[in-house]
Amino acid sequence: MTATRLPQKLSRARRVQNNAAVGLVVLGTVIVLLPLVLISGYLLLQGVSSLNLNFFIQTPKPIGESGGGMGQAIVGSLIMIGLALVIGSLVGIASGIFLSEYSTHWLTRPIRLLSDVLTGVPAIVVGLVIYALLVRPLHSYSGLAGGVALGLIMIPIVVRSSEEVLKLVPTNLREAGLALGLPRWKVITAIVLPAARGGIVTGVMLAVARVSGEAAPLLFTALGTSFWNVNLLKPMAALPLQIYQYAIQPYEDSNRQAWAGSLVLVALILLASIVARLVTRQPRS
Amino acid sequence: MPPDPTPAAQGRPGAHIAGARPTRPRPKGGSRADGLFFGVVLGLSCLVLVVAGLYFWQLAAGGWLAFQHEGLGFMFGTDWNSNPGAERYGAWPFIIGTFVTSIGALVIAVPLAIASALFVTEYAPPWLANPVGSLVELLAAIPSVVYGLWGIFVLVPAVRTAEVWFIGVTGVPWPPIGVGLPSAVLVLAVMVIPFIAAISRDVIRLVPSDQREAAYALGATKWEVIRTAIIPYARAGILGGVILGLGRAIGETLAVTMVIGNTNQLPSTPFSPSATMASIIAANFNEAQTPLFVSSLIAVGLLLFVFSVIVNFTARIIIARLTPEGTRL
Repeated sequence: MTATRLPQKLSRARRVQNNAAVGLVVLGTVIVLLPLVLISGYLLLQGVSSLNLNFFIQTPKPIGESGGGMGQAIVGSLIMIGLALVIGSLVGIASGIFLSEYSTHWLTRPIRLLSDVLTGVPAIVVGLVIYALLVRPLHSYSGLAGGVALGLIMIPIVVRSSEEVLKLVPTNLREAGLALGLPRWKVITAIVLPAARGGIVTGVMLAVARVSGEAAPLLFTALGTSFWNVNLLKPMAALPLQIYQYAIQPYEDSNRQAWAGSLVLVALILLASIVARLVTRQPRS
Repeated sequence: MPPDPTPAAQGRPGAHIAGARPTRPRPKGGSRADGLFFGVVLGLSCLVLVVAGLYFWQLAAGGWLAFQHEGLGFMFGTDWNSNPGAERYGAWPFIIGTFVTSIGALVIAVPLAIASALFVTEYAPPWLANPVGSLVELLAAIPSVVYGLWGIFVLVPAVRTAEVWFIGVTGVPWPPIGVGLPSAVLVLAVMVIPFIAAISRDVIRLVPSDQREAAYALGATKWEVIRTAIIPYARAGILGGVILGLGRAIGETLAVTMVIGNTNQLPSTPFSPSATMASIIAANFNEAQTPLFVSSLIAVGLLLFVFSVIVNFTARIIIARLTPEGTRL
């Protein structure tokens, strides 16, 4: 953007207006960034002082007792995110391929439309649906239900990003492959997908970063637990869920744990986003 | 080269890439594998349709009992009583709570989001624009629970202090509680800002530089360029972004649940505790005892689902109609 040099004879009113606009825009931007500064400040201040090794390797102590950790929640989060990753990337990337590579098929329109609509469905609604679909029939809250709920939230995000990345692969590459006599599936799996790999991985990682902070869809699917659990058919704890449950407790110690959990959660999410961005930075072959 | 006229090729996916077919008939194995691959891809893609159908079906089936019990009164009734024996379920207070907080949040968020988008695209030099843009995006990466936690321990006490001050100055008889509408509006505003800012920024970047340069050439100041050349061009896209932000705000759950108070009555003053559709589900679902209560909460979920689908559709239609081709937000 080039800086504008205003002519000297500019009327006073216009000059004042122009400067006022600069002031308001800068002020607005500062106000936007203010909560970020405040929240990260509080997170560091409260989080670091409550964080210790026990936080990662112990389970919660009974409510009101001090000490303990969120180890079981970290494990639960990783398991459910893993499950979500499988569901979200499988369906998401397949739909991305369908929308981009078979774009003349009559089903692309409804699928793209509904996928866009699903992006806007509130996470809590997804939790309700999975409750009716998996929790009630199986008579138990479960890590499975939590993972599926997170996976469903991931799908439309991955569909969107992978379709867009696949469309960026030059048509020449596809035509060259077809001209060599490769069948269509081989062109897609051996030429198009590798060319778009970086972008697809970035999209998936960003979707993971997005769902790993979600607690709303887990409230009535995974439910949470204070004990170690790796059984997918039993209630499972998750970091954001544990933060929520501890934040609304009237005990100072629980609240402190919630801050520590938030710090860990935000750090993990930032890590995932940074990794996601680094993947695309690499030169594509 | 003319397109392959054989019926087999025309019916097959990829037949639209004219001239890309080999002239010799392809070995059978290739086309069978092609069919298989296409089948798998199509099957997985259709899951998107299945999921969308399931959402609607499960919510409608789960909420059926409540709609049967209350009829249209479920939407417009103001009585929400879960005591067994005296059960009444009217979701109007939550519908009002949702829209009051969401619109309030937009009123605060939109000017700020547009200001930050203008700063990043028009005012700041590149060395400042990129970090500021990333920082605004960072706001979107903070999870809802963390906003809620911050809301409970920092925002709510601050809001209470402000309310006490306001009452002292104006003398209005509104009990200052801290937990309630103002806190919810503020948390929501912070949460939708990065969303609206990102879309506004993308749309403003799409404004052709001819447009700007022409205005500058006529002697316009920077502000006049923005007002006469940039904003009119980007208006539709920004509006679409604002409506998508509204969709976001309507469905935002935990941060709001943690600071709004979750009462089942219509707010009586602007400082009152209230509840949104999402927050009442989150706060009550696990404690819901009777089948009718569970069904009512699922029915609230159905309303929330329908509202967010309508809002999203509207936004996408506006964007598709009124912005340059190729914009997909």
